[in-house]
Amino acid sequence: MGDERHGDPKHSGAVDPVGQGGVDQFTDPGLPPHTERITDKDPRAAKRAERQIMVLFLISVIGTVLFFFAYFGIGHTGIEIGTRLRLQNTLIGLGTACAMLGIGLGIIQWAKALMPDHEMAEDRHELAAEDARQEAQDIIDTVIEESGFKRRKLLRNTLIGAIAIAPIPALFFFRDLDRSQLGAKAMVDRLRHTMWAKGVRLVRDPSGLPIKASDVQIGSVFHVIPEGLNELKEGKLNEKAKAVVLLMRLPKSELHISPGRETWNVDGIVAYSKICTHVGCPIALYEQQTHHLLCPCHQSTFDLTQECKVIFGPAGHALPQLPIEVDSDGYLVAQSDFQEPVGPSYWERG
Amino acid sequence: MAQTTNEYTPATSAGRIANFVNQRTGAAGLVKEFGRKIFPDHWSFMFGEVALYSFIILLLSGTFLTFFFDPSMAETHYDGSYVPLRGVEMSVAYQSALSITFDVRGGLFMRQVHHWAALLFVAGMSVHMLRVFFTGAFRRPRELNWVVGGVLLIMGMAAGFTGYSLPDDLLSGNGLRIIDGVIKAIPVVGTYISFFLFGGEFPGNAIIGRLYVLHILLVPAIILALVVVHLMMVVTHKHTQYPGPGRTERNVVGFPVGPVYAAKAGGFFFVVFGAIALFAGFFQINPIWFFGPYDPSPVSAGTQPDWYIGWVDGALRLMPGVLHNFSFERVVGFPWGENVFVFNVLLPALGPALLILTLLFTWPWIERWFTKDDREHHILDRPRNAPFRTATGVAGIVAYCSLWCAASSDLIATHFHVALNDVTYWLRAAFILGPFIAFWITRRVCLSLQRKDRETVLHGRETGQVIMSPEGGYSEKHQPLDAYKRWRLVSFETPVYLPAQPDADGKISKQERRRAKWAKFFLEDRVSPVTPAELEAAHSHRAMESHEHGPEIER
Repeated sequence: MGDERHGDPKHSGAVDPVGQGGVDQFTDPGLPPHTERITDKDPRAAKRAERQIMVLFLISVIGTVLFFFAYFGIGHTGIEIGTRLRLQNTLIGLGTACAMLGIGLGIIQWAKALMPDHEMAEDRHELAAEDARQEAQDIIDTVIEESGFKRRKLLRNTLIGAIAIAPIPALFFFRDLDRSQLGAKAMVDRLRHTMWAKGVRLVRDPSGLPIKASDVQIGSVFHVIPEGLNELKEGKLNEKAKAVVLLMRLPKSELHISPGRETWNVDGIVAYSKICTHVGCPIALYEQQTHHLLCPCHQSTFDLTQECKVIFGPAGHALPQLPIEVDSDGYLVAQSDFQEPVGPSYWERG
Repeated sequence: MAQTTNEYTPATSAGRIANFVNQRTGAAGLVKEFGRKIFPDHWSFMFGEVALYSFIILLLSGTFLTFFFDPSMAETHYDGSYVPLRGVEMSVAYQSALSITFDVRGGLFMRQVHHWAALLFVAGMSVHMLRVFFTGAFRRPRELNWVVGGVLLIMGMAAGFTGYSLPDDLLSGNGLRIIDGVIKAIPVVGTYISFFLFGGEFPGNAIIGRLYVLHILLVPAIILALVVVHLMMVVTHKHTQYPGPGRTERNVVGFPVGPVYAAKAGGFFFVVFGAIALFAGFFQINPIWFFGPYDPSPVSAGTQPDWYIGWVDGALRLMPGVLHNFSFERVVGFPWGENVFVFNVLLPALGPALLILTLLFTWPWIERWFTKDDREHHILDRPRNAPFRTATGVAGIVAYCSLWCAASSDLIATHFHVALNDVTYWLRAAFILGPFIAFWITRRVCLSLQRKDRETVLHGRETGQVIMSPEGGYSEKHQPLDAYKRWRLVSFETPVYLPAQPDADGKISKQERRRAKWAKFFLEDRVSPVTPAELEAAHSHRAMESHEHGPEIER
């Protein structure tokens, strides 16, 4: 091992040899002669460099003072908050920057112009000395021998077995990170249910006002939540993350409706989940002319005329449709919950 | 038994303090070891320092922020001094982030220092790793430190991501939403991991507190420990140096720690601090008050992740979910029922990252395998002198940057008035074909630069003096290089393609054949350094006829 290090470049035969006076090689001319800097030769230049450095340090002092002015001077004066914040932030930044750059650049200039710039050479040492390796190996052999780790196979193997299974509880210890206390199946099943149910009104997000079918014109789009969501005391965002819906109206002739969904729209008014089936961003962009829905996060594009089928981008399946109808007061209501889980796909979605 | 072991009595007060410390700690040995230790000097060695200093600034500014930040997701109504959000329902975490911004003097500055320093931290590490890769500094004995560096990069990204999510504003919540979607795509356990991470269904009310613990305790502790290991290994190995006259594999040439190197490196800390302060003072970053509190319904178009997460987000964007009628979401029937493999999320989220990180971590061993070069290297390669490695690195950069650009595909489309779909198609092509084209071009460029070096050695440097001969011909006068400049251009090694070698039994194993195939691919085209004989021949050649011809390439 040791002899491969540094050593004979011809060792493996795989590398063109170079360096110290081999056959047909240039020889290393050694460190180039030191060239003196202007500050080495001219005392006036050295003095000038000293003054420059002092000015840099003084800039630092000014920067520190500027910080105090920005912090206390502008602090709680009566200026409008936006302006005050901008001014204070800029001046604190400028002050701190001056304070730091003055010190930093000053010290570096000191090192470059006035401290000795003679390059020095130092020897590298063997990383792994052979005698040390030998001694270490002896010690390890002794330790293994004295512990009886190799001889007492029964003890060793039961210990290895015990150690191997002992950490497994640590993994299961985290089961209650989910705070619902539900069993595994019920836990996953939550993803299948939203607040939508028969008769739940479609209301505007965020105002909560119900929507009449006659309000929905061709080309318009409504951001919709289920009625009662705003009034939830617990888990409002959790419900909202699943229940948000986009409501749009198309000429009925442009909708290509698949069998079984004929009654899910109200005269060309359709409701689709707003949560992207890719990784769950809200789909916020509706192109009125093409009837495409576009997710701003990863550009998945869904075609409203084809029941929100994926026509571009990384999403893997169509947006779930919410079956809707009109209640006796003329307001839009859900016929039922979504027929499939909304949002990103997952293992158990099946 | 009282006994003095040291009869030295210092004359000055500084000496007395030093002596006091030394007698109780033995610090003199440390001073002896490090006081005049030699460090090579080169601008490209600063990138690691940038990362280190940014990390220190992150610790300082982060500690300040913890004094004011409250990671609770409890609901509250804002009543602070930012009028547009007054009365808005939000989490306590978001409220306290707003309070740091508007009601703590210098709070906004500290937030911006922290964010800019985080961007610089990962950038510093990335560029440092590129420097290490392209100069071959990862070779024996530094392979393990290369691996530690790779882990540091990943931990840096983890620190960034956990921190980005803390303010609980609209954008960071949306980032978490994407993470939730990606986690749910993991087969078998993904749904559970998502529930465990969020404490139930997304978004729940646990995630911010959990990320906070990871962000301020676990991740920085790991980073700090790894930084210590990283630096200790640098001390053990001593720093690498660029090739040049007087620099050998057995020495290290540079400036002593005291005073020059300590002054330069110490001064540089203040420069990095100053630069970050300048950024934080003048350039707004993550203005959370514009975004509003997290709400699963609204999203703003044109949002971007922090730069170092961009390549993963870009990969998510480039992957097609459905091709014609083939969906990458595969529903597979099992005896117990149907399950879903979400390949359209899994492949881009894990594929490129696994590929790039695996290559990155194993490259020192891959290179050693096909070159059969297992010697210690303390002299760095100039990137042109290792065309195979430089080309591989550039191919990796092109793959990375294609993904990275894709994270801004929507902004590219809107800014340059091109179709979003076309941007995606082109970037898909760039990600798949780009690395191969980049490899080929880079290798040719490296070989050409090497030939240019050869020509400079053989024919000298162009002086710009054009001479007209009595016959009316023009030629430029060339000035031979001096020994020092010449040494820079001739003192390199290039691995030679070593055909498959028989083993001890005289048989050529399958693995050896495979190695030889790769070695041939990587090493076949090479340019050797000029030898004195060639230089001599060039001189006499020039003496005979004045026209020049190009150097030979060995095959």
